[in-house]
Amino acid sequence: MNPVNYLYLAALLFTIGATGVLIRRNAIVVFMCIELMLNACNLAFVAFSRMHGNLDGQIIAFFTMVVAAAEVVVGLAIIVSLFRSRHSASVDDASLMKL
Amino acid sequence: MTGYLAAYSTSTGEAVQFWVLGTVAVIGALCTILMRRAVHSALCLAGTMIILAVFYLANGAYFLGVVQIIVYTGAIMMLFLFVVMLVGVTAADSLKETIKGQRWLALLCGLGFGILLVGGIGNAALTDFNGLGQANANGNVEGLAALIFTKYVFAFEITGALLITAVVGAMVLTHRERTERARTQRELAEQRVREGKHLPPLPAPGVYARHNAVDIPGLLPDGTTSDLTVSSTLRDRGQIRDVSQEALGDLRALEQRSEERLERTEIEPPAPHRTPSRRSEEASQ
Repeated sequence: MNPVNYLYLAALLFTIGATGVLIRRNAIVVFMCIELMLNACNLAFVAFSRMHGNLDGQIIAFFTMVVAAAEVVVGLAIIVSLFRSRHSASVDDASLMKL
Repeated sequence: MTGYLAAYSTSTGEAVQFWVLGTVAVIGALCTILMRRAVHSALCLAGTMIILAVFYLANGAYFLGVVQIIVYTGAIMMLFLFVVMLVGVTAADSLKETIKGQRWLALLCGLGFGILLVGGIGNAALTDFNGLGQANANGNVEGLAALIFTKYVFAFEITGALLITAVVGAMVLTHRERTERARTQRELAEQRVREGKHLPPLPAPGVYARHNAVDIPGLLPDGTTSDLTVSSTLRDRGQIRDVSQEALGDLRALEQRSEERLERTEIEPPAPHRTPSRRSEEASQ
């Protein structure tokens, strides 16, 4: 097996995540799809790190994880406060900037 | 030389692992976007992330593999599940399209994007794989640490600032000021007296010999249940258990069993006043 297959898998997972963001309307599931895309990127970074024989790709993947953790914390807080004001987690209902 | 060749094409074990686990990962990802309930999506995504952690380990990223399991499946997915529980676990997505043809257009976009990505990777000159043998020679964690604290030290410190900002942002977003003062017990009592209804405390829930839970309403003198005795939250959810008939049913079952044991089935149906003696009889056995 050629290790390039990891890149194909990463591309496939990223595509699935992107399609999910376009299809789903529940804000939490949209957020999970974004996480899936981030994970696919991480897999590509790790595969590239192996390809080039140095650890820079893994460092970038590590920073991606940290940023993803920060992003999840803020994003879920936004979803919770949206749910408080609108009693729904659907992105269709969040059509106004104010309540 | 063998190590160089081995880097070109992986071992058979890794190939088998890739094809088996890769299939499961893709199925998990598809389930994530196709499941109607957010909880199922979250669990499928957690499975995909664990498989990705195995792939990291297989690619020589030992530290990242462990961090993936601890941070992603351990912390982030649990945070997701926590929010799903807060927002309402039973809320399934509606399947009604608000924009006409959005789903097909989205699928088309995804397909085109996927073809573009795969075509790009296929056309790229990815012929030589060096392998991580040299980079991981002193240990993966040591190599990462050497890079983080020299070449990427500024990025690392800015990441710390980002995390602190995220924590403060989450606290600001979810914190809610009380706009009015909470009423004290004295004020509540005075309000009750002013309104003139339910001056004494509400009646207690029903307590029986076998059912002493708060979701069981107390019985009024005529044998009907009183909804006032159950907390208003349970009343709104419709979680009140009515056991007023259950006790009689239990008694009937007990009597039938004792009669079967005493082989008195041919005798006439038991009169209610004989019940205590039967029960004491059975207890003495």
